[in-house]
Amino acid sequence: MNPDPAQGAAPGKKIEGRSLGRIAWNRLKRDKVAMAGGYTIVFLILVALFAPLIVKLLGGPPNEFHQDLIDVNTLAPKGGTGISGDHLFGVEPQNGRDIFSRVVYGARISLLIAFLATLLSVVIGATLGVVAGFFGGWVDSLISRAMDVFLAFPLLVFSIALAGVIPDTAFGLSGDTLRIALLIFIIGFFSWPYIGRIVRGQTLSLREREFVDAARSLGARGPYIIFKELLPNLVAPILIYATLLIPTNILFEAALSFLGVGIRPPTASWGGMLSDAARFYTLWHFMFFPGMAIFITVLAFNLFGDGLRDALDPKSRR
Amino acid sequence: MFRKKRVLVASTAVLALALTAACSGNSDSDSDSSSTKAEFNAALTKVVNPSDKKGGTIRLANVGDWDSLDPGETYYGYSWNFLRLYGRSLLTFKTEPGEAGNELIPDLAEDLGVPSDGGKTWTYKIRKGVKYEDGTEVKAADVKYAVLRSTDKETFPNGPAYFEGFLNLPEGYKGPYKSKGVNTDQAISTPDDYTIVFHLKQAFGGFDYFAMLSQTVPVPEAKDTGANYKQHVISTGPYMFDTNNLGKDFSLKRNPNWDAATDPLRKALPDRYEVQLNVNADDIDNRLLAGDLDLDVVGTGVQPAALGRVVGDPTIKAGTDNPSIARLNYTSINGNVAPLDKIDCRKAIEYAWDRTGYQTAYGGPLAGGDPATSVLPPFIPGYKKVDPYPVSAPTGDEAKAKEALAACGQPNGFETNIAYRSERPKEKAAAESLQQALGKVGIKLTLKPFPQGDYFSQYAGNPGYAKTNKLGLVVNSWGADWNDGFGFLSQIVDSRVIRATGGSSNISVRDPEVDKLLDQAIAETDNAKREAYWSQIDQKVMDDAFIVPGIVSKSLLIRPKNLTNVFVSQAYNMYDYLSLGVK
Repeated sequence: MNPDPAQGAAPGKKIEGRSLGRIAWNRLKRDKVAMAGGYTIVFLILVALFAPLIVKLLGGPPNEFHQDLIDVNTLAPKGGTGISGDHLFGVEPQNGRDIFSRVVYGARISLLIAFLATLLSVVIGATLGVVAGFFGGWVDSLISRAMDVFLAFPLLVFSIALAGVIPDTAFGLSGDTLRIALLIFIIGFFSWPYIGRIVRGQTLSLREREFVDAARSLGARGPYIIFKELLPNLVAPILIYATLLIPTNILFEAALSFLGVGIRPPTASWGGMLSDAARFYTLWHFMFFPGMAIFITVLAFNLFGDGLRDALDPKSRR
Repeated sequence: MFRKKRVLVASTAVLALALTAACSGNSDSDSDSSSTKAEFNAALTKVVNPSDKKGGTIRLANVGDWDSLDPGETYYGYSWNFLRLYGRSLLTFKTEPGEAGNELIPDLAEDLGVPSDGGKTWTYKIRKGVKYEDGTEVKAADVKYAVLRSTDKETFPNGPAYFEGFLNLPEGYKGPYKSKGVNTDQAISTPDDYTIVFHLKQAFGGFDYFAMLSQTVPVPEAKDTGANYKQHVISTGPYMFDTNNLGKDFSLKRNPNWDAATDPLRKALPDRYEVQLNVNADDIDNRLLAGDLDLDVVGTGVQPAALGRVVGDPTIKAGTDNPSIARLNYTSINGNVAPLDKIDCRKAIEYAWDRTGYQTAYGGPLAGGDPATSVLPPFIPGYKKVDPYPVSAPTGDEAKAKEALAACGQPNGFETNIAYRSERPKEKAAAESLQQALGKVGIKLTLKPFPQGDYFSQYAGNPGYAKTNKLGLVVNSWGADWNDGFGFLSQIVDSRVIRATGGSSNISVRDPEVDKLLDQAIAETDNAKREAYWSQIDQKVMDDAFIVPGIVSKSLLIRPKNLTNVFVSQAYNMYDYLSLGVK
């Protein structure tokens, strides 16, 4: 009698081999907090994608003035906030722009910049990290020192200066497109060492493992080993750190817009709205809604990122 | 005892009130209320809380750093107002509320200047017995030295440059530090210790305004330390420096060598003045409202955050004043950028801009100002109403704008850029308002923020840069050095001040006829005739449509609760700092 592998399972259920990804997914699904974060992220992405539609139904053009809703003497919206059926989050003081529409459009800018900047830093960080870890020697020293330099950089100061001196038309781009590209570049280009260091460390330990030695002794060359043996094992840490980098980048973009070097007015961005609201700090609604938008987005990405890490790498939990 | 005093004060106040009412010939029904009751705008026309009580400390705060405490370099109205506590210029403005505040009166000098040689030579007599804080007497040579040192723009880069522009100084003269021993009698001569004579290159009828500048406050040559003099300015006024931590705070105490007999102007009531620098603007408003602070020394009014609180509460509003300021927040229309080289395209903008929106951008009718129809503010002597672009609604006249667009061959509008200073939220709001209003008639504006430090030298004010980058509109602002047509117009409508290297406040007005009118006005020594020119120039500039006039500023000032003799000086457009006392 051969032992039946199905014996331990519940009757009537077919046994299937579960991949690592499948296991992780099942773990993630059980983590309610992480899933709540995930659903929020999906919701935010949908909001950003369908912003024009949402605004058509529930708001108005984000840059349209409604000065009839403003008390000219105090600059505040009539009735304090201007919250009504037409303006769900009220209107801005002074010019009466609809805050709901601007928050919705702000999601586009925030998410676009955060995603693409993260992508950029992941690409640079993973490439250089693997190269440094795999080849070692002077290549490693060079890249590692470069990472040290980038990490020691007074990033905020530098990005303010860089964003300030770039002209209105450069690299064949102009207007908002140029500003978005510039922000993606600044944020992405300076946060790659965070990913780079992790990847380099992982690569260092992986390349000494038996399966890499085995591949090498079978005659595999560098590129094969990197792509077929190392990278699949690096996907988990890269994914985790990318998810955790996104909220940092959202905050960084908001900070730059707050300081006036981000997206140019009148295009709506959350950081820029906060900056406008600071002058009117006595009007709670102007700061509250963009602030909440940033808060919820960052929280959602952090919770989801934490859950993802737990799911992919259960050993790190405790 | 105490009560008796109060009654006395109140009755003098009523008397003063009755007198002013009688003078102005208006019989307000509320004139029976005593002046102790606070009223909105009370300090504009009368002295609030008149008193002669001595003693106490006046606490002031400045949102930024003082530009310079040195009378030779400082270039802010608030500083000129405050400086009179520790320095005496030849002339100054009358310390009275209302229009009288614009009148020049002698301070260190015995009388106004006496012109001769058709306005090319101006003579002043100096009071005898005026002493520095160390007891030495002020001589005419000290005034001459003070004026000469102020012309050294390498040592004092920020001060006004009127004297070196007009005085007949020797060729290549660089001030007493670098051009030591050079005879400067051809520019300023001192025939005796109490007479000073200014010799000009060209006739200038308004020289008395130069004699009002803080640069004529005497500086003893022996105590002058050049750029470091601001650390301890030698006082000629009733107060002298006690402590001075540059960039942080300073305080003034009584000057024992000041003699009231030589000084009919100053009441010198408080014992001390304490000034804090670099204080958060919102914090200043809150402390003023709480009474923990007496004055925001800069005198530009409340921040938007406090506005709702002040205007919304009638009792708080009653404790505020709302003076107009000689500052025009306007927008230049750059005729170098197509299609704005055509006058009809410029006129389309003149009709289309939203008067109410522009006003709201700067803070509304109270904290912002009144929409202007021309460059000259109403309270400048010689002002006449000029309104070449009447509109159907305060939000702009679309019909007339479209007519003008059709006349200039752009019936569907055009695209151009608007520059503003990125650090100034009000200018950003103004640019956004113009973008909205002009967008309605098809003129598409793109916003271009620039750093304010290089705004005039490298970007918007640099004709080459503005042209290649198509800056068709430039948000601009101009405050007169004093309330007079020359002070207000010369720097913003004279095309000859535009330099190819940038740096000029005039960005757009290029009209040889305007230049000619200015020359005629400057040479005119008869006041009435000179003043008639200003309105003529105003009309011509507006006809050329080079300037969107925007708004004439107003500020909402929180009247100090604990001080006496509070009134707004029309010359400085803020509370007069010479007469204040502590309750």
